[in-house]
Amino acid sequence: MVIAPVIECRRLVKDYVTDAGTLHVLQGIDLKVMPGEFVAIMGPSGSGKSTLMNILGCLDVPTAGQYVLAGADVGTLSEPALAQLRNQTIGFVFQGYNLLGRATLEDNVALPLVYAKVAAVDRRARARELLAKVGLDGYAGSFPSKISGGQQQRVAIARALVTRPALVLADEPTGNLDTHTSVEIMQLFSALNRDGMTLVVVTHEPDVAAWAGRLVQLRDGVVNYDGPVPEQFRKAS
Amino acid sequence: MILAMLREAFAAMSANRMRAALTMLGMVIGVAAVILMLAIGRGVEDSVSKSIASMGSNLFIVLSGSSAQGGLRMGSGNAPTLTLDDAAAIAELPGVLADAPTQPGGAQVVYGSANWGTQVNGTTPEYLDVSSWAVAAGAIFDDSDVRGATRVAMLGQTVVDNLFGAEDPVGRTIRIKNAPFVVVGVMSRRGQSLDGRDQDDTVLVPVTTAQRKLFGAQFQGTVRFITVKAESEAAMPRVEDEINALLRERHRIRDGADPDFTVRNLTAIAETAAQATRMMALLLGAIASISLVVGGIGIMNIMLVSVTERTREIGIRMAIGASRTHIMLQFLLESIVLSLVGCMIGVGLGVAGAFVVSHTTEITTIVSAGSVALGFSVAAAIGVFFGFYPARKAALLQPIEALRFQ
Repeated sequence: MVIAPVIECRRLVKDYVTDAGTLHVLQGIDLKVMPGEFVAIMGPSGSGKSTLMNILGCLDVPTAGQYVLAGADVGTLSEPALAQLRNQTIGFVFQGYNLLGRATLEDNVALPLVYAKVAAVDRRARARELLAKVGLDGYAGSFPSKISGGQQQRVAIARALVTRPALVLADEPTGNLDTHTSVEIMQLFSALNRDGMTLVVVTHEPDVAAWAGRLVQLRDGVVNYDGPVPEQFRKAS
Repeated sequence: MILAMLREAFAAMSANRMRAALTMLGMVIGVAAVILMLAIGRGVEDSVSKSIASMGSNLFIVLSGSSAQGGLRMGSGNAPTLTLDDAAAIAELPGVLADAPTQPGGAQVVYGSANWGTQVNGTTPEYLDVSSWAVAAGAIFDDSDVRGATRVAMLGQTVVDNLFGAEDPVGRTIRIKNAPFVVVGVMSRRGQSLDGRDQDDTVLVPVTTAQRKLFGAQFQGTVRFITVKAESEAAMPRVEDEINALLRERHRIRDGADPDFTVRNLTAIAETAAQATRMMALLLGAIASISLVVGGIGIMNIMLVSVTERTREIGIRMAIGASRTHIMLQFLLESIVLSLVGCMIGVGLGVAGAFVVSHTTEITTIVSAGSVALGFSVAAAIGVFFGFYPARKAALLQPIEALRFQ
């Protein structure tokens, strides 16, 4: 049996039209990510890694090329279908956590389930289950402003996992955290990956990339390295 | 899901309590004003139409002419130009149901140790029919009493209250201008007339008795006015012309000369009054509804600010799977909740205001279910209408742009 890739990009191009002229941010990206892989995307500022991340997360659409996510050709989908894809297939973890300050941790984690039309009782149970999984049981009624950055990122991870997505995308997940907390978060990601979760992490820190099984390096809008994480990354951590 | 969104709408409101309260204030004032104004309008309209109904319908009043004494003109009803024979002739006209000649006067009425100054109307038994007035006890005097000018009286409720209290007046003897009168009946309670006069403060006696034994008349058999009831509203213009022609002929008034009597269409006057009050009520409602629109614009304003403030939140929601419809619904729901909560408070305030107005002033107010329903539906419509633009603005945000917004 042939296993289908979770992500399959073919000749992805993204141009931004600005006053200074057209910026060719992505210039033909080919990328295939298989289920269970842990991929780190690295590259200097301006290399296009954030743009690629937004396209992979269905938050942005490519100018040209094809993107197939879990068997669905994203370019052909309607807006509601894209929203459903973001809801069901992708879990997002941001650098700035992006929790809703007004809502309790439980409500934050349960929010994607609201859009998935899950019943309130089941939302609650599932949110508590995931808070426990990220080590925050007992915090269900707290508010984001009352907990540390590391804890907020754990809540964000719980929220990303709540709809049982096929893929978790993390954009600089440790960018706002100290070294010690970063290690904790990466341990959490690593454990998720061991359980079979497909992970794509964008980072500029070799320490973070060292946790991944595969490194994709971008430069000026093209992939210039795709292979195992080099040994020197691991030595640095 | 709607339930969860409603919860969020309330949460968003309670996160900005002061702002939500001020936004709602516009709706509160608007709805309260509409309900109060409609209640006052309806109340006035109602009291006017009640007065019209109590006056009887399809009525004319024929007044005798004015008299002049040494250059002093006395006004309508002072010249003795109308007679009982005129009344009898008018009653024969086609289209006339009945008429009642009336000779009014003021007199002191005494029963036992109690006395009361009231209006005594000398008239015929048709008076009650013409003015659609029901009998509460006993019966009105009959034509033989009119022919014989007997001393019998029919009392209005106010007179009964002041002379008899709880005692049954029928069969008792009262004194009018010191002459004894037997009370034969009592009329039902009628309340105020259009101009605020107490219609129940009256005594009816046979017209002949009034003319000969109470007030006298300058000429035998004259009356101050004749009330005429036409058989239908449609017949009224024709009846008016016929009365004019008949009386001109009977009084031998040449063509072109001024008549010595006046015919007035009471129903038309009353209806004009009713129409004026209806217009007034509509005007009040229209002015009040302007404040509803202003309240709606207030809601739109705040929702626009709210969308801008929460752009990042919208981005997050989109990233975790909210579709444009979800975002739209969420903001629409918030503005509807704002306007409906404002409306509920407004309804309470309006109803309370109407209650206070009718208990502290002469104005009666009627809060109808219709005006409350109107207030509610208008408020909901305003919530949707003025919430739509901000909600659409939120829904059309691009996810990444919304996420990047600081």
